[in-house]
Amino acid sequence: MEIPYTSKPRPDTGLYNAKLGIWLFLASEVMLFGGLFSAYVLLRVGAAPGEWPHGWLNVWLGTLNTVILALSAITTLLAWVACKVGNFRKFKFFHACTIALALTFLCVKMYEYHDKWIHYEIKMTDGRFADGHFESAVYVDQATHQEVEEHRYRGNAFSKVSEGVTHHYELESVTLEGRIVTDEKDLMDLRAQKHIEHGSVTVERAHIKSMENYGPWHNTFLAIYFTLTGLHALHILGGTLVIGYLWGPGRKMWATDPERFTNRIEISGLFWHFVDLVWIFLFPVLYLM
Amino acid sequence: MSLKAFHLVFVTLLTGLAFGSASWAFASGHPASGAASLIAGLGVVFYGVYFLKKLKKIRYL
Repeated sequence: MEIPYTSKPRPDTGLYNAKLGIWLFLASEVMLFGGLFSAYVLLRVGAAPGEWPHGWLNVWLGTLNTVILALSAITTLLAWVACKVGNFRKFKFFHACTIALALTFLCVKMYEYHDKWIHYEIKMTDGRFADGHFESAVYVDQATHQEVEEHRYRGNAFSKVSEGVTHHYELESVTLEGRIVTDEKDLMDLRAQKHIEHGSVTVERAHIKSMENYGPWHNTFLAIYFTLTGLHALHILGGTLVIGYLWGPGRKMWATDPERFTNRIEISGLFWHFVDLVWIFLFPVLYLM
Repeated sequence: MSLKAFHLVFVTLLTGLAFGSASWAFASGHPASGAASLIAGLGVVFYGVYFLKKLKKIRYL
């Protein structure tokens, strides 16, 4: 049995079925992202004065990702136009460009996440704060008192089995590439501080009250930042998989039903444009404002 | 709405973003970034006009 209205529009809606379906889906997506944007606005408006971070994100990397997504919107459109005029080689080229741009976007995003992951804030026992990127930590073997330097943070203690013997290591000190401030509010608005002096800062364990990286648990801003951009990145990944399928195994349909295949490209392009539109709102809200 | 029409919406919002970023950069004391955003915004406007001329024959629905 043939599925009706995969190529020709339905007389009652004026659209082929997949287009109606994608617009219904995108309407639900608007509600999903709309809810999260509302959450962002309410959290920000409700934050106490001086407690909402500014300048925590790299505007250059955000701009780079904006340019990448804008270019990918153009290449998805050109891929669809190439199908419309029957130029399959051009379609393949433009779709490959879209996939390459999408993967580049994800790589930049992963770099940004990693940068936050290795960024730590240490509350010290004297009330000051050490803030910066993790460089190293010194641990001491509890049996031999031998020191080892680790280049990733392994908590206050860890165990390691070596030649059949279990060694227990306790944290001795942590070194960050950053600075020490007396007031936590000095870490909030980085835009107001033009030249921040950074250097190697070592804090002994005895002086550490608490230590936490800039993950989603760090504060409300990072929680909503990771939620919004993580959900968006998942959409980019999903779109890339669909576009990759249509560029790879799915392209066989071009030989049997080119009109339906062209419609599929349009549908994937509509989704991709929606994801790009979300970024156009995310970028100024998170990176600039 | 077809991909053509949605692309136009996208180009319009991208233009707004470019000019908005330009004003943000000028207000924050980054004139070079502001000028770059301004040029990017004009580039997007020219692209939009070119795109409309090029795809005259494709439907909006």
